[in-house]
Amino acid sequence: MTAPLAAVDRPASYIGKSVPRPNAKRLLAGRGQYVDDLRLPRLAHVAFLRCPHAHARLKSLDIAAATRAPGVVRVVTAQDLAGRYTPWVGVLTHFKGLKSPPQHPLVHDRATWQGEPVAAVVAESRALAEDAVALIEIVWEELPPLTDMAAALAPGAVPLHAELGDNLCFGRAIDAGAVDEAFAKADCVVEESYSFARHTGVCLEPRSILADFDPADGRLTVHCSSQAPHMMKEIFARHFHLPETAVRVICGDVGGSFGIKIHVYPDDMATVAIALLLGRPVKFVADRLESFVSDIHAREHRIAARMALAKDGTIAALAIDDVTGVGPYSTYPRTSAVEGNQVVGLTGAWYRCRNYRANLRVAFQTKPPTTQYRAVGHPIATSVTEALVDRAAAALGLDPVELRRRNLIPDDAYPWTTASGLKFEKLSHQAALEKLLTLMDYDGLRREQAELRRRNIHRGIGIACFVELTNPGPAFYGVGGAPISAQDGCTLRLDPGGTVTCATGVTEQGQGTETMVAQIVASALGLAMDKIRVVTGDTERAPYGGGTWASRGCGIGGEAALQGALALKANILDLAGAMLQAEPAALDLAGGWVVDRAGNRRIGLDEVGRAAYFRGDTLPPGVQPELVATRHYMPRQYPFAFTNGAQASYLELDVETGFIQLLQHWVVEDCGRVVNPLLVEEQIRGGVVQGIGGALFEECIYDQRGQLLNGTLADYLVPMAGEMPDIVVAHIETPTAESMLGAKGAGEAGTGGAPAAVMNAVNDALAPFKVRVTAQPISPWRVLAALGKG
Amino acid sequence: MGRGRLPRATFGMSDAVAIRLTVNGARVERLVAPRLNLVDFLRDELGLTGTHWSCEHGACGACTVLIDGALARGCLVFAIQLDGANVETIEGLTESGALAEVQAAFHARNAVQCGFCSAGMLLAADALLRRNPEPSREQIRAALSGNYCRCTGYHAIVDAVADAARERARRKP
Repeated sequence: MTAPLAAVDRPASYIGKSVPRPNAKRLLAGRGQYVDDLRLPRLAHVAFLRCPHAHARLKSLDIAAATRAPGVVRVVTAQDLAGRYTPWVGVLTHFKGLKSPPQHPLVHDRATWQGEPVAAVVAESRALAEDAVALIEIVWEELPPLTDMAAALAPGAVPLHAELGDNLCFGRAIDAGAVDEAFAKADCVVEESYSFARHTGVCLEPRSILADFDPADGRLTVHCSSQAPHMMKEIFARHFHLPETAVRVICGDVGGSFGIKIHVYPDDMATVAIALLLGRPVKFVADRLESFVSDIHAREHRIAARMALAKDGTIAALAIDDVTGVGPYSTYPRTSAVEGNQVVGLTGAWYRCRNYRANLRVAFQTKPPTTQYRAVGHPIATSVTEALVDRAAAALGLDPVELRRRNLIPDDAYPWTTASGLKFEKLSHQAALEKLLTLMDYDGLRREQAELRRRNIHRGIGIACFVELTNPGPAFYGVGGAPISAQDGCTLRLDPGGTVTCATGVTEQGQGTETMVAQIVASALGLAMDKIRVVTGDTERAPYGGGTWASRGCGIGGEAALQGALALKANILDLAGAMLQAEPAALDLAGGWVVDRAGNRRIGLDEVGRAAYFRGDTLPPGVQPELVATRHYMPRQYPFAFTNGAQASYLELDVETGFIQLLQHWVVEDCGRVVNPLLVEEQIRGGVVQGIGGALFEECIYDQRGQLLNGTLADYLVPMAGEMPDIVVAHIETPTAESMLGAKGAGEAGTGGAPAAVMNAVNDALAPFKVRVTAQPISPWRVLAALGKG
Repeated sequence: MGRGRLPRATFGMSDAVAIRLTVNGARVERLVAPRLNLVDFLRDELGLTGTHWSCEHGACGACTVLIDGALARGCLVFAIQLDGANVETIEGLTESGALAEVQAAFHARNAVQCGFCSAGMLLAADALLRRNPEPSREQIRAALSGNYCRCTGYHAIVDAVADAARERARRKP
């Protein structure tokens, strides 16, 4: 299936090869360098006092005893920071009507979620800081919590932020085609409501930041566990009134991110403010309970959905009503409008249906802010669409696969614009579905399922088709005023020994970014991969770029690396041509050599490098070697790219206990060009497992007072090896024609599609009982409740 | 928030207790506060940062070490409990080559992404292979279920442990 890539299609190419990650050896030897591993002189540690209530007015704060506690350097409150920063507001101009109040590092007079930071203790150790936190005397007046989304939006609800008038953070309505008419004329209408719990990213490395301000030269260096160093640099400069030149952000090893580590958090901003205040390095590492109440949460949707169909199974119309809750603030700088916006944009997008109505209402609440987490909005859109399709198939007496076949956008119909206005360049839904069915032996599984049902063994098969939005262009954030770069750069330097140092704006959190870049550069320059050194994550060493998010690392960073490598190659051949008195066009690079057309070795790259740097005297007059090249890349033709795929889940349901055993999972994914199957496949699988987590286990459980009830990893369930199935992954490659590399991105497809496949499989297993489960996570109690055994 | 965190680092050195133990084969003597946790002891006193804090509740396995040869959760142990003990961490087990086949298999199979869980995962995998040299995929999955990985889908990890088992069997005289 691999399409040829002329620029690097050579015998020694690494493109499409399963190359292990060179930089993983360090991590496997326990030699990672995460933020908490750094040891700086005079480092002080920060611990936060956080509001214990969902909504409360700060009546008094007495820090005297805490200030006197052993080892305490300083106790910092909102008053200490006043005037030292500009508050931030999580709105962007292209989200019309989006509103959110200014947000601050520490609570001034009112806290709006349990966990909001109120005061910071800086001490010689974290333990001493925590000891002193316990000595802060604080008096709260509890205010009414606002936890339920519907109640927040109900007429007459008291606005959480009086100045905003109501609790509607954002709304969007789509009405395409003739929806009412289609419903009126339909042969069959299915209708169902779905709910999706709040969950969170649970990075094993908690959010971590070490801010170091040197007052002597006025420079701020921030080591942080982040996906987007340049964005953070811009934000620190902007909000702490520092010149760009005074701020350096370094992201070393990052222990998981998944979208959690791309937002501005009050405690991170407070830590930077404290470094500026004290003029010494200070570190804050969230503990696990803090992570649960301060990391962004995600999802929390209630959706009412309807689908109209003709007798032959043609989907005639689709309508959804989505209410989602985002906590007290829209998150900065990406905003909390995007999740809901994606849900209404993506629902049903892979089907031909032209009549589509969606209504999105985003509510303020007194719970932690929710915003972008891996596969933003996709799991919701896919679960709702694919559940309705299965219901409709049952109502019409069709096999669920057959209903999909009749409605998927045909593979020869591109370019395609969806009812919601999304533009698809070229996808492969039909091919992906058929490949999936072969891969899983769909018919065989159906026979096995039927046979086992006769023995009261209840297995379910669930299918989900899906799209994944990747590689966002400037229309996604930049156009609305966010300091978020859609382009990325790559700078390459030929070193004297004939090796290449390559700095890229995209970042590494374990996806294999550095490996992907090295594969592309090595292939383009005809070098072995061990001759390439890739540098990421440092704003003073890497070209400007957006970092790694929205599955953009390979599609954007990879293309920049390819173009940069080709530019460096041209420079090398120019110089070699001058040295050899040959036409550069008659030369090429292979195996670390400049070769002629016949492949004969003419001169080694080490010799080229040495001549350029040490023996300029041997070069012909007028020849100035330029052995550094930089190229940037940003997609222009489409506002963002799309990938597509299909997933299937096979599981067994214990109708006595409600327990679900996942037996097998299959994914066919079309992420465009696959640079490294080994890395892509485990990206997909990891995504699937995170999706399964949301579908079956993960939930931030809040009581009516807005108190989190499960703030430990003993209580909040994440998928473990023993519960997860083997996951078979296969590829289709439909490269994007927009870039030479043709990669589209693979980071979120697993998460976007898995919950839909699993929920459909559960409901398939429940079919004989004529009941359905429509709330995620599908915990055993929910299965039992559906079966009337609750 | 802080109250959820286990006590950390040194405090009130007047309460300090002398301990002598072996860490990665080296004799170590330190005065430690009674509340000093093993993970902080390793990281802050000895500079062994390969052992990680993550859940701080004994659930996730990121702090896994060997104490007298047995798998243990570093976050659930105080340093003063280890007087006379033999503690081994990812650093020591890497240097001795004890994990070599497992590490090579994890690398080859891409059974590592962010790396934060890897030390614990490798130690747990090695412990499994020492007690069961030919584990099934189900046995591997069960044995690693005390170690959370949030990046991979576990599939590559299971593949890697199975590969390492085969490699160890092949090398056996």
